[in-house]
Amino acid sequence: MEHSLKKRNLKSSVPLLLLTVPGLLYLFINNYIPMFGIFIAFKDIDFSKGIFLSPWAGFKNFEFLFRTKDAWIMTRNTLLYNIAFIALGTLLAVIVAILLNEVVIKPLLRFFQSTLILPSLISMVIVSYIVYAFLSSDTGLINNSILKPLGIQPVSWYSQANAWPGIIILVYLWKNVGYFSIIFVASIAGMDKEIFEAAKIDGAGKLSQIKNITLPLLKPTVIIIVLMCVGRIMYSDFGLFYQVPMNSGALYSTTQTIDTYVYRGLMQMNDIGMSSAAGFYQSVVGFAVVIAANALVRKLSPEDALF
Amino acid sequence: MKEISTAGEKTFRTVSYVLIALVSILTLLPFVLMLIASFTDENFLVQNGYSFFPSKLSGNAYLYLLGQSPTVLRAYGVSFIVTVAGTALGIVLTSMLAYPLSRKDFKYRNIMSFLVFFTMLFSGGVVPSYIMWSKMFHITNTILALIIPNYLVTAFNVFLMRSYYTNNIPPALVEAAQIDGASEMTVFFRIMLPLSIPVVATVGLFTGLVYWNDWINGLYYITEPKLYSIQYYLIVLMQNIQFLQSGNANAAVNAGTIQLPSTAIRMALAVIGMLPIMVIFPFFQKYFIKGVVIGAVKG
Repeated sequence: MEHSLKKRNLKSSVPLLLLTVPGLLYLFINNYIPMFGIFIAFKDIDFSKGIFLSPWAGFKNFEFLFRTKDAWIMTRNTLLYNIAFIALGTLLAVIVAILLNEVVIKPLLRFFQSTLILPSLISMVIVSYIVYAFLSSDTGLINNSILKPLGIQPVSWYSQANAWPGIIILVYLWKNVGYFSIIFVASIAGMDKEIFEAAKIDGAGKLSQIKNITLPLLKPTVIIIVLMCVGRIMYSDFGLFYQVPMNSGALYSTTQTIDTYVYRGLMQMNDIGMSSAAGFYQSVVGFAVVIAANALVRKLSPEDALF
Repeated sequence: MKEISTAGEKTFRTVSYVLIALVSILTLLPFVLMLIASFTDENFLVQNGYSFFPSKLSGNAYLYLLGQSPTVLRAYGVSFIVTVAGTALGIVLTSMLAYPLSRKDFKYRNIMSFLVFFTMLFSGGVVPSYIMWSKMFHITNTILALIIPNYLVTAFNVFLMRSYYTNNIPPALVEAAQIDGASEMTVFFRIMLPLSIPVVATVGLFTGLVYWNDWINGLYYITEPKLYSIQYYLIVLMQNIQFLQSGNANAAVNAGTIQLPSTAIRMALAVIGMLPIMVIFPFFQKYFIKGVVIGAVKG
């Protein structure tokens, strides 16, 4: 009996196994081969010799990278922007979700929600065109319709590095808050209505209900979202930092992130050594951060840990 | 039923409506500016810049795009083909991988789920990936370069589908079909796929959005103008404008090698670049919202 059951299991797992082959093969090529490829960072790549025959460089690429000011600038920018995104993005998304929860007229709710999602549906290229319509120095809306009537000299935004932290954060919030608010709206909608009723009977006002019921019940969802964002703290939206500032060299001090540095090194400077060293740094530190963030959540509230 | 009992709650609700309406309007304004700019008379634009209140409107930008520009139509066609092919192939591969992972009696379920999950934790980064696709697979300047790298199967979508199969399809259904003599393949293609239409719609929408909006594969692998997608074409256009403004391009313009669409046409192109999304999205909104929610709270 035992034996025949086992045999059947083995037999029945073959067709299921076959189903997984194409997908797994794709992940093997697209994701796993490049994982092993990170050893490139320790090579002095010479394409005429091929990747495997290129001489080893030891830690030379890393020494060069971390001796430059670039390494500090891109790390600082990547981390600080992500911290601002996580803090402001989560805060605004929760506020928007609480407001949306008050909209009881269904068609109106649908309208508001699709409006708020709209920016997250379009590509960063289109976003860069929209930003350009506001910021272009000769035809931009801000210079022509706002600064000029006020008698202020036009600003050349695409060479004004200190303006960009504000611009980037604003664009990020515009593009992403609606998306994140969907998650919190669903979470609020799933809360037990009776708790609110009971609080009401006890004389709790709306604001105290939000403070004492809604927010504490939202906490697990907020933790998951923040954890997911913290896990990607070494990564940035390449389009936001490359397309939106129009790849302007004058803005590198405030728009260079690890992703834009890797791209520029690889495709524009032809400096594979530095580029792959930066990529390796991003992958390895990024991995450590995910593991650490998850360990932290496991400690605080085990049921919300991802693994 | 929600009932408003206290004056305080009424006030809160009214304030909420006002605030959310305000936020919605602010969110929409940039789109409105883009739309108005695309319909603004060129002379007005040159003199006054992009404005919410142009004194003269014109549809010339769109007429120009419709009539005179095979490049735009071609780029649109490339985007269309890439989106359809990538989405179709992505759905097939993703569901074939996700279904066995949802089966509790599948022997390799855990190890394979981990293999998929690990791609979310660790990545080799763009340098090895670029070298592999361009030097090993020689994918540069082929249509495959826009379809294959990066987006076809993602762990996020696999887990989205797996959780749908796990939560919505009773194992008894599979057993019943197998007792009736159906093979695993028949069960999957004849029963599971048709039953999973909602999640197929969700994953299809996510994948379709990614392919339509993608320009990164173009940036890495395409230099051939006939393979420009609409998004990548928009990038090239903007680069040409910057090149012009940098002041050292007069020769190129005089020689006629760079043809620059005017100010309004640029915005018209951007509008056209997002048009299919605007048209399709309302029909898929609920699948999008479901997918975002399920995807966020554990796949």
